[in-house]
Amino acid sequence: MFDRHLWHYIDWLLLGAILTLCFIGVAMIYSVTGAVHGSDSQLYLKQIYAILLGLGALVVCLSIDYRTLADKSHLVYIAILALLLYVLLFGTLAGGSRRWIQLHVFNLQPSEFAKIAVALVLAKFFGENRQSIPTPVELALAGVLTIVPLGLIAKEPDLGTAVTLIPIYLGIAYLAGMRMKMLGILAIAFVLLAPVAWKYGLKDYQKSRITTFLNPTQDARGAGYQQIQARITVGSGGLEGKGFGKGTQGQLRFLPVAHNDFIFSVLAEEQGFIGVLVTLGLYLFVIIRALEAARLSNDRLGAYLVLGVLATFTFQVIYNITMSAGLAPVKGLTLPLMSYGGSSMIATLAGFGLILNVRMRRFTN
Amino acid sequence: MAEDRRKIAFRLSILRYGSVGVFIVLAVAFWVLQVVQHATYEEMAENNHQRTLALRAPRGLIFDRDGRVLVENRNSYDIALVREHTRNLGQTIRLLASVLGLKESLVREIVDRHRHQPSYEPIVIVQDASLAQVAAVMARRLDSELPDVVVEKVPTRRYPPDSLAAHLFGYVGEVSDQQVASDGLDSGDIVGQTGLEKIYNSLLMGEDGARRVVVNSMGREMRTLEEIPPVEGRRIKLTIDEDLQKAVEEGFRDSGYNGAAVILNPNTGEVLALTSLPEYNPNEFAAGIDHAEWASLTTDKLHPLEDRALQGRYSPGSTFKIVVATAALEEGLVTPDFKVHCTGGADFYGRYFHCWKKGGHGTLDMAQALQQSCDVYFYTLGNMLGVDKIHKWATRLGLGEKTGIDLPNEVQGLVPSTQWKKEATGQKWYAGETISVAIGQGQVSVTPVSLAVMISTIANGGTRVTPHLLKAVDDGSGWKPVPPPPPKGVVQLKPETIETLHEGLSMVVNQPGGTAYWDWHKPGPNSADLAGFEVAGKTGTAQVISLAGAREAAGKTDKNLNDHGWFVFFAPVDHPQIAGVVFAEHSGHPGVAAIPIARFALETYQAEKEGKPLPVWPAAPKPAVAAAAATTTTTGGTGQR
Repeated sequence: MFDRHLWHYIDWLLLGAILTLCFIGVAMIYSVTGAVHGSDSQLYLKQIYAILLGLGALVVCLSIDYRTLADKSHLVYIAILALLLYVLLFGTLAGGSRRWIQLHVFNLQPSEFAKIAVALVLAKFFGENRQSIPTPVELALAGVLTIVPLGLIAKEPDLGTAVTLIPIYLGIAYLAGMRMKMLGILAIAFVLLAPVAWKYGLKDYQKSRITTFLNPTQDARGAGYQQIQARITVGSGGLEGKGFGKGTQGQLRFLPVAHNDFIFSVLAEEQGFIGVLVTLGLYLFVIIRALEAARLSNDRLGAYLVLGVLATFTFQVIYNITMSAGLAPVKGLTLPLMSYGGSSMIATLAGFGLILNVRMRRFTN
Repeated sequence: MAEDRRKIAFRLSILRYGSVGVFIVLAVAFWVLQVVQHATYEEMAENNHQRTLALRAPRGLIFDRDGRVLVENRNSYDIALVREHTRNLGQTIRLLASVLGLKESLVREIVDRHRHQPSYEPIVIVQDASLAQVAAVMARRLDSELPDVVVEKVPTRRYPPDSLAAHLFGYVGEVSDQQVASDGLDSGDIVGQTGLEKIYNSLLMGEDGARRVVVNSMGREMRTLEEIPPVEGRRIKLTIDEDLQKAVEEGFRDSGYNGAAVILNPNTGEVLALTSLPEYNPNEFAAGIDHAEWASLTTDKLHPLEDRALQGRYSPGSTFKIVVATAALEEGLVTPDFKVHCTGGADFYGRYFHCWKKGGHGTLDMAQALQQSCDVYFYTLGNMLGVDKIHKWATRLGLGEKTGIDLPNEVQGLVPSTQWKKEATGQKWYAGETISVAIGQGQVSVTPVSLAVMISTIANGGTRVTPHLLKAVDDGSGWKPVPPPPPKGVVQLKPETIETLHEGLSMVVNQPGGTAYWDWHKPGPNSADLAGFEVAGKTGTAQVISLAGAREAAGKTDKNLNDHGWFVFFAPVDHPQIAGVVFAEHSGHPGVAAIPIARFALETYQAEKEGKPLPVWPAAPKPAVAAAAATTTTTGGTGQR
């Protein structure tokens, strides 16, 4: 199954960039949870375990030929739907939503793995298509495949994660040759549906996040607080940063969930614009190397699969970094590879296992 | 397939360029925030996590002349709101009001009043909070429920019990806007508002320190960055003698009269005791007085906030005869053996002026006239002198001008002159008016402190001393004496003047027939204690309203119309060490309160000096009701004694 010579085709540069980002994330978690100052927080250790588990998942996803995985994608998809249904019914209630299944070691968040399942099933769906341009019926069917897990996740409720499924659909459909006209139609439909969604689909706290984003100072002590604090955190970092473990905004908790959603703000505060540039460069490198994997892919299935995984990753990276500078509404979206969180880390590394898989097997049939 | 591949490659390259574009935009956005706007955000971050807390400097302690502590400090706690750290003001106000047990509307009103202050300045909600309030707030702070509420330890003045020397010390309060503008003080400073606290504010006020701390988002202090310790104000030593001060006030309180007393060292002008009654409790001002209490003080008909010793102007009555006698002798118009025959009254300028003694005093020389306070004798001298010479000598002795005492808001009395009348009314002075002036009536008015200076000048032989309260200052390196202020004037009185006045004034107290003799020598527990300590003095009665006026007003007003009683004194006669004045408001005859209080003060002074146990005020006479005193006064005519 795993020819030894395949080792030569592993993209070690991409893997190296990924691991560097993981390392930066651990360092920031270590800093902001106060471990520098002798707090007994163990979060950075848990993150290291998650990375090790994720590397295991990466190796698994790398070892099995992606075409074999795609053939079984319907099973993976159904299994994920079952898990999402289970979590909706029996998941651990935390902060008003059911997102987690409590395991002994850590809490499993099925929605993170749903991304991989959707990427696999859509890649397979469009990859089997013989025509060069997907028909509206096909697009609609693929839409249904996306909407079902999306709806289940949104119901938890976890709108942020639910929305990350959309780039998978759009990315794969785009690469599959969807007419630009269709993209336009989808965009118009979105604009038309937005007010309806605003009225019926969004909860009050979600609405307030958006209005607050548009005018943060109207509510400087409430919902706008996080956004203003994020901007202060980033801006006060300056060119060179305040130094490792010395960021006042993160250390003194003016920034909420700094080790999680706002890890990039912490980086910007402590490592400054220089640290930001290095990290942005690493993310861009990862994205471009992954796009390269799609280009080199032996078949369309491989290209679609890479782009499906990459689309959700890229969307989340860009959104989170924009938000961490206080330039987008605050949403519970983590920064892949850096934010604290086991399920996200494992699912992301597993996804990159698939990307490496496609590139590695570009010469095999 | 090949075309497929080309198409895919094309679309992928679009994505690549798109990604690069987005990342460039992100990098530029971070560059703007972190490099271009860095200074702004850095300042905001600092405001976020650094707080400067004021460390209040305690005011300097105040001691009496023997080093006994009179005014000290205690710690009180203020509860204040720092809006900078408030997330929801309405909610904080609601919670705070319920925690403190206050009305929500009251807390809101306080916050509203200070809303224009910068948000990092604490707004004090409760001054001198109770321990229960402090504990309640601290508990909430630990729960992070009130991160924006702080408890500040504030050194607060503690004045002696029983409002001792309240007007002398004055009180402290938050600096007013005008004071901030004129005296270089900071808003929120606690400064002296009156009394010694005001006059010597720059000595007593320390320098506040500060503590810069790092706080987390819950407002909890994490660590101290810098601490500048406060510098305590300088300690001052007064000329006041605590025992004497207490004795005078006890005398007033036990006899039930309001009034004033000023006791000096006649040779230096050191004030040994100074009081004004009724008093207020300066402790109520120490931690901020509330509106209701302030209103009750300012609307009280007895004017407790007024320092009668410096601000009360009263007719001097017969004590003024000392001035007229001095003027006549010094001007060389008469000699001490100049005699006048009193038949109970005399005609001047077509009007008959009564002597207070209906049958008359018979023939008297000057010493006897002083002893018995004969009105006719002084009518005669006054008529010989004319008003301007009386004015001249009254001024030289210390009346009609400010004494220059180191207390705020002293007013000046009035001794009329022809020039004064012309300026004040545009009219000519009539010689007949001088006759009333000669016995301390008419327009003459004095403050108790100026009368104390007058009797001191007589006692010391002509030096018009400046009364003062500050004896020494300690700026941390030990007591440094403060040089006394120079006298306001020196006029060498003729030996025969001094001799005659001292003799006559001693006879007032010590010879049967003297106006103070019977009251001074009333049998009492302490009557023998002053043996060997010869006291000289002069009584005076100041009419509040003329007899005719009194008849008319009878039953129509609830104002107290009883006369005021005066007693001025010095002792011992041959080398005076102590001199002073006791003024008992509406007491009628001086023997009712003024003389006993003066005597008690002198007994205390003497006992203290000789190291004997201090005297005890004679078994409580009933607090006099206004009406009861009325019968003992008014001896007829315009006469005074």
